[in-house]
Amino acid sequence: MSLHLIDYVVLVLYFGFVLGIGWFLRKNVSSSSDFLTSSHSLPLWITSLAFLAANMGALEMIGMCGSGAKYGMMTSHFYWIGAIPAMLFVGVFMMPFYYGSKARSVPEYLKLRFDEKTRGFNALTFAVMTILASGISMYALGILLQSIFGWSFTLSVLASAGIVLAYTYLGGLSSAIYNEVLQFFLIVVGFAPLAILSVQKAGGWSGISQRLQPAMTSSWRYVAEPGQNPMNVEWFGLIMGLGFVLSFGYWCTNYLVVQRAMAARSMTDARNTPVVGAFPKMIIPFVVIVPGVAAAALAAMGSGYALPTKNGGPDYDKVLFSLMGQFYPSGMLGVGLTALVASFMSGMAGNVTAFNTVWTYDIYQGYIRKHAPDSHYLWMGRMATVFGTAFSVAAAYLAQSFNNMMDYLQLIFGFVNAPLFATFLLGMFWKRTTGHGAFAGLVTGTAAALTTFGLTTAEGKGGFLGVIHEFRSAMAQNFWVAINAWLVCMAVSVVVSLMTKPKQDSELVGLVYGVTPHQAEESVWYRRPATLALVAAFICVLLNFVFF
Amino acid sequence: MLDLRKPAGWFFGALGVLLTATGLMAQFTAPLLDMNLNLYFGIFSIVFGGIFLWLSRRA
Repeated sequence: MSLHLIDYVVLVLYFGFVLGIGWFLRKNVSSSSDFLTSSHSLPLWITSLAFLAANMGALEMIGMCGSGAKYGMMTSHFYWIGAIPAMLFVGVFMMPFYYGSKARSVPEYLKLRFDEKTRGFNALTFAVMTILASGISMYALGILLQSIFGWSFTLSVLASAGIVLAYTYLGGLSSAIYNEVLQFFLIVVGFAPLAILSVQKAGGWSGISQRLQPAMTSSWRYVAEPGQNPMNVEWFGLIMGLGFVLSFGYWCTNYLVVQRAMAARSMTDARNTPVVGAFPKMIIPFVVIVPGVAAAALAAMGSGYALPTKNGGPDYDKVLFSLMGQFYPSGMLGVGLTALVASFMSGMAGNVTAFNTVWTYDIYQGYIRKHAPDSHYLWMGRMATVFGTAFSVAAAYLAQSFNNMMDYLQLIFGFVNAPLFATFLLGMFWKRTTGHGAFAGLVTGTAAALTTFGLTTAEGKGGFLGVIHEFRSAMAQNFWVAINAWLVCMAVSVVVSLMTKPKQDSELVGLVYGVTPHQAEESVWYRRPATLALVAAFICVLLNFVFF
Repeated sequence: MLDLRKPAGWFFGALGVLLTATGLMAQFTAPLLDMNLNLYFGIFSIVFGGIFLWLSRRA
């Protein structure tokens, strides 16, 4: 991959626009809510694309393309099963309570619905997780810039942190969201040619199907038995673990994405944000996974292309770069690399803007200084942006020193996230759930995740408490860790709730289904969240059949 | 508030002009590529940016 002046010009052009957007939006920030939550001011098309883009970091792009080459079309489960149902659910059923409760953040919803300790638990774990996630993103970007442009790790990390800090400090959440949307278009436009060219070179979809094992081009046909499919998972773990617990736990309770929907102008727009976002989300596999599948086919057909290798085996993390090197000339290469760098940065900005809100409203205003004037919280939000970015840089260096840190962190995220969905499900749909029940469920659910991991093993991971079961793949193990955490959280929350005193119905209006008046339906069908969700669900089912 | 369609339109427009010019003037290639990708992408990007600008003018 050799770069020319034009590639650098594209990179500079993009970051010029990114900083310019921050500069223009600074005039819109006059209160803490303008800065931290965009004051419910953004149009639907922007919030729905940001909802997608906040999650579509570069690690995902690189990882999904690699998974396409490794597991084939089964990777699409991460979208069609692992995202769409949860996105539709959060829009249709949960957003009325997030948006309608007037809570400014997910932890604040927990405070209104349950109590202070449940909020504190969620706010603290979320704050730590976002900083670490942002640090990991920054670390990966540093490595990428180092290997492609030859910049030093320190320069790469500081330069990217500086740009992210500049535009989030100036324009706050709106600036982060605008740039996420711009990055989304750049990713799709910049990688669509790679998908088209690689599939075409591999002889179209029929050519790919002929050259690969049938399990590589089907998403469902081989999931009855774990040994038959490349992921080594079975249908129950896949549907319950990925499709239900992990995916709903992420899309429905993670403030990073929910924050984007809460920035919408009206209740209908907030509910439609994830639903409308589900449409482009369904198409993303064709841009990110299909090139990986095509790469596997190209390697099998002796076209001169070979999968990149490391220690004698295929290095799937490099598939995307090797494809870019084979198909993109200088110029287009600059577009692809800029899209990747951009998605790293918008991932960091997403984390930083979620962190500064939770820090300012849930931790600082909640526990440190309760009754200050708004201008003070605006100042604190800006300071949180600065030290959030600084912590991320520190986390990036931590990740550099401990190679396996990323693996462990992802595991820890799973431990904390998996039980959360049970807490929200009970909290929003069963008015009898109490604060003590929710808190006990969360703590025991997290412990159950840890125990499951400690008692099972897969690919040499886990089993530190003794081995009672061995999974065929780490992915299957992750799914079951999540399932157990969810079940335990659910059961403990129900039992403890039944033994403790619930809140009065009057305190739960706007927070719980059944005691909250229904929102009036929109007059036109295409503005109704439930109708749109049905259309999206139909298309999603259709896609699953086409690639069955 | 700033209409995002404007900066998006100008960005993709400028990107398109840059790549079209590169496609016309330079002969960059890639091992498995057999077309002038920079030129085609450049033209597409100009149109794409133009659509954003047109939409922002209509609003």
